[in-house]
Amino acid sequence: MARIDLVDLAHAYNGGTTDADLVLKPTSMTWRQGGAYALLGPSGCGKTTLLNIISGIVRPSRGKVLFDGKDVGALTTQQRNIAQVFQFPVIYDTMTVGENLAFPLKNRGLPRAEIEKRVGEIARLLDLEAYLGRRASRLSADAKQKISLGRGLVRADVAAILFDEPLTVIDPALKWELRSKLKTLHRALDLTMIYVTHDQTEALTFADTVVVMHEGSVVQTGTPEELFARPEHTFVGYFIGSPGMNIVAGEVRGREAKIAGHTLALKRSYDALPAGANIEIGIRPEFVSIAPPRPDLLSARLERIDDLGRTRFARVRVDSLRLAAAVPPGSIPDGEEVGLTFDPAQIHVYADSRRIEGAA
Amino acid sequence: MEKIVNQKAWFLVLPVFAVVAFSAVIPLMTVVNYSVQDTFGNNKFFWNGVGWYQELLSPSTELGGRFLASLWRNLIFSAVVLAIEIPLGIVVALAMPRQGRGVAFSLVVLALPLLIPWNVVGTIWQIFGRSDIGLLGYVLNRLGFDYNYVSYPIDAWATIIVMDVWHWSSLVALLCYAGLKSIPEAFYQAASIDGASRWAVFTAIQLPKMQRVLLIAGLLRFMDSFMIYTEPFVVTGGGPGNSTTFISIELVKLALGQFDLGKAAAMSLVYELIILIICWVFYTVMTNAGQERRIEREGA
Amino acid sequence: MTLRLDKVSLLQSGQVFLRDVSLSLERGTLNVLLGPTLSGKTSLMRVMAGLDAPTEGRVFVDDKDVTGLDVRKRSVAMVYQQFINYPAFTVFENIASPLRVQGKPQREIEQRVNEAAKLLRLEPYLDRTPLSLSGGQQQRTAIARALVKGADLVLLDEPLANLDYKLREGLRAELPRIFEASGAIFVYATTEPTEALLLGGRTICLWEGRPMQVGVTSQVYRRPESLRVAQLFSDPPLNLAEVTKHDGAVVYSDGEKAPADGRFAALADGAYRVGFRAHQLALADGRPDRQQGRHAFAATVALTEITGSESFVHLKRDGTNWVAVLPGVHEFLPGQALQATLDPADIFIFDRDGRLVAGPPQG
Repeated sequence: MARIDLVDLAHAYNGGTTDADLVLKPTSMTWRQGGAYALLGPSGCGKTTLLNIISGIVRPSRGKVLFDGKDVGALTTQQRNIAQVFQFPVIYDTMTVGENLAFPLKNRGLPRAEIEKRVGEIARLLDLEAYLGRRASRLSADAKQKISLGRGLVRADVAAILFDEPLTVIDPALKWELRSKLKTLHRALDLTMIYVTHDQTEALTFADTVVVMHEGSVVQTGTPEELFARPEHTFVGYFIGSPGMNIVAGEVRGREAKIAGHTLALKRSYDALPAGANIEIGIRPEFVSIAPPRPDLLSARLERIDDLGRTRFARVRVDSLRLAAAVPPGSIPDGEEVGLTFDPAQIHVYADSRRIEGAA
Repeated sequence: MEKIVNQKAWFLVLPVFAVVAFSAVIPLMTVVNYSVQDTFGNNKFFWNGVGWYQELLSPSTELGGRFLASLWRNLIFSAVVLAIEIPLGIVVALAMPRQGRGVAFSLVVLALPLLIPWNVVGTIWQIFGRSDIGLLGYVLNRLGFDYNYVSYPIDAWATIIVMDVWHWSSLVALLCYAGLKSIPEAFYQAASIDGASRWAVFTAIQLPKMQRVLLIAGLLRFMDSFMIYTEPFVVTGGGPGNSTTFISIELVKLALGQFDLGKAAAMSLVYELIILIICWVFYTVMTNAGQERRIEREGA
Repeated sequence: MTLRLDKVSLLQSGQVFLRDVSLSLERGTLNVLLGPTLSGKTSLMRVMAGLDAPTEGRVFVDDKDVTGLDVRKRSVAMVYQQFINYPAFTVFENIASPLRVQGKPQREIEQRVNEAAKLLRLEPYLDRTPLSLSGGQQQRTAIARALVKGADLVLLDEPLANLDYKLREGLRAELPRIFEASGAIFVYATTEPTEALLLGGRTICLWEGRPMQVGVTSQVYRRPESLRVAQLFSDPPLNLAEVTKHDGAVVYSDGEKAPADGRFAALADGAYRVGFRAHQLALADGRPDRQQGRHAFAATVALTEITGSESFVHLKRDGTNWVAVLPGVHEFLPGQALQATLDPADIFIFDRDGRLVAGPPQG
């Protein structure tokens, strides 16, 4: 169990120091002990680099990593007491499930009786008890990932568990089980868990705190609700939510916004917008509805309806702008023209991609 | 997966067939013919049926005695050479750098012995081991060892074994290196996280993942060492006496020295049969290991 | 072109990959192969393409038997999960390669490559090599190459699986438009029900090498003919319960009773399994209360997962695990007791063999 502090951490793989070389831009953060964190971002955003710096596989070009206040820069992965679960299951082919789980403890020279007890506990937690005697290589992908995870959990003094996109090779149906298993484990064992992924559902369901990364920088850190309801950066608005936030260029003055010639009411007042900035309006599709066309509504052309079973989204077009909107349950839109209604409380204003908090 | 068969390819292969038939199959048939005759190559043939074969396999006859003795020498030679080269190759492969500039350098250095023509290899060691002008021979004798591969069978054996190890360990090392490179980095990271010692990493990760490669290396080295001719012949000529006379050398003595073509033909066919059987065994083991692997990947 | 498979089976090294598959695909349709890994999707596509010959059965293109015909003689293009492109060629050359093989004149090649590049938004990248592009762009190059050939049958084997979530979303939204423009038969393999729903077209549900149901995607979703198909086509997983009907009442395994009206009335007495989707459960605090004919259950919360737009509540009820999806943010604590209610009209009723006996009323 450890509190992890990142102090001015940055990294460039090619040893350069310019901004363009840095794969991870200078970051400082504190992760409390026992927390569940997710590093969320597209490929190349630096999340795996950050994870590898924490686990010790990569030594950062700049900055420090502290575990419970102590600088671990000089320590190897083994010495930092980290457990890591990789994208594909890493198991020792020649051993049984039980031997796989016992491996880390055997290497530390623990007495046999204690090893067996610990392995039994962890196998029970992971529903692997029935398989202890079987050859590990013969199990399915999700069972193998559980073994990988188990090897990390079996050490009682593990500081943190790091997950590098662990559900990549798992089928959708089994992903649910494994995800809730991870969350239950987190609650039961009170371990610091750090989960790297590009899948927002995985990140948002697993973590208490999500760190959204983009091009090497941390763009926003917050709870899933915060990231959903109040994205501080247009990237967060786009990346979180399926479909992502509608971000369109518009004009904002006072309590009104103008999109494609249509005026929308805003909940807050925006008087002091930075001059010359690129002003954009963001609103999530969940808060835009389609309705039969009316003169006081922004009219749009209906291109397609995506039926997801429990929700439906409409893809509409206003001049050259493409938007997504929610289809109210039970309504059957007909014809090509629809009207769009916007929930004013959910409209966000962005200047140069950063959210502006208006006045009340 | 079964591919749909396209018959056109056979036409492309026809010329090769013709050449092989001419240069290999017909001579082979000739050998088979000779093996059931008693002849000295002067076109006089006396039918012998399975006579030579019977003699070959009974230790009491002269032919049988010579054959079985040289077979025994071949087996010992292959066993010793495999026992040294395979572990040595693994150790060298483990020591080679996996990334960086050292990689190209070590690959080139390892490849050098493999590029030398075999009779040149023999000649190198023949001169190297001479007590008068050879560096090895001279130094050993000066150090007090009475080393002479012409007079002492043990020295002759030692010399050709060391020569073979020098010549061929690189092959095993290169194959093992390729096998090691295919292991994803994550396994090493996981092992280090698990606190595995160097030995545990070797037994739990590297060795299992090198299984297929080691089988291939073993097969190749066995076949080549069992069929060995040029190098020992150049160094010792089969001597001292017949202590390093392998089957290949025995054959040459019979066919080209004594012109006893019938016996030589029969011996060469039996030799070939032994090699084929052992290769088939290796092959079966390899495909079964491959089969198991495939089932593991897909099953459960 | 129409593609027809007649009782196709594929056996290899003693393993059955496909079992008695009979399908008919029409020109200009998008056909989704939905099934878990190892259900036979790739094997089926290989047989359709001509890469593998079926052990039994025949394949017809436009009523002509092509079963033994080599893939090079067929009009097929394939896109793989790994971005397969010629690493040494530029994007332009990659897309042009099938046309060069066909020996088309340079002017036609340029025109068609530019059209395909425009469709897949690759115009700025035509001079680059694939390895200098992002994953999404590499896959677009592979798709462009498959389309430019003008093949009658285009097969895509989980083409978006190796892409980031958002890239996947983006490319997937464009695919229907791209497919429509082409007019060929498209076959798209995926493990995700959501992807099938978003793509539309027709869906073929595969399980252990056998097609379980074929039909218009939303129809297969709304009316699965068997328990297996219902489970395949639900994300979150289908919630199940065991019930018995007798004496005019429907009795759940934990003792909850409800009157056997609506579709239950017509059923014979006996044991059934009922299934319903996660979004059909409504949750409330308090004791079970039979309002408006809904079936009610007492359950405890195991876990809540919140994505911001939705909350997934994992429930434990009588030894079974259920999942409920609610819009918005709902913080239920583990161990909290809840009442879960269900509109019986939303229930799928399966008999003991897993066949659908009664589904939700249409419309």
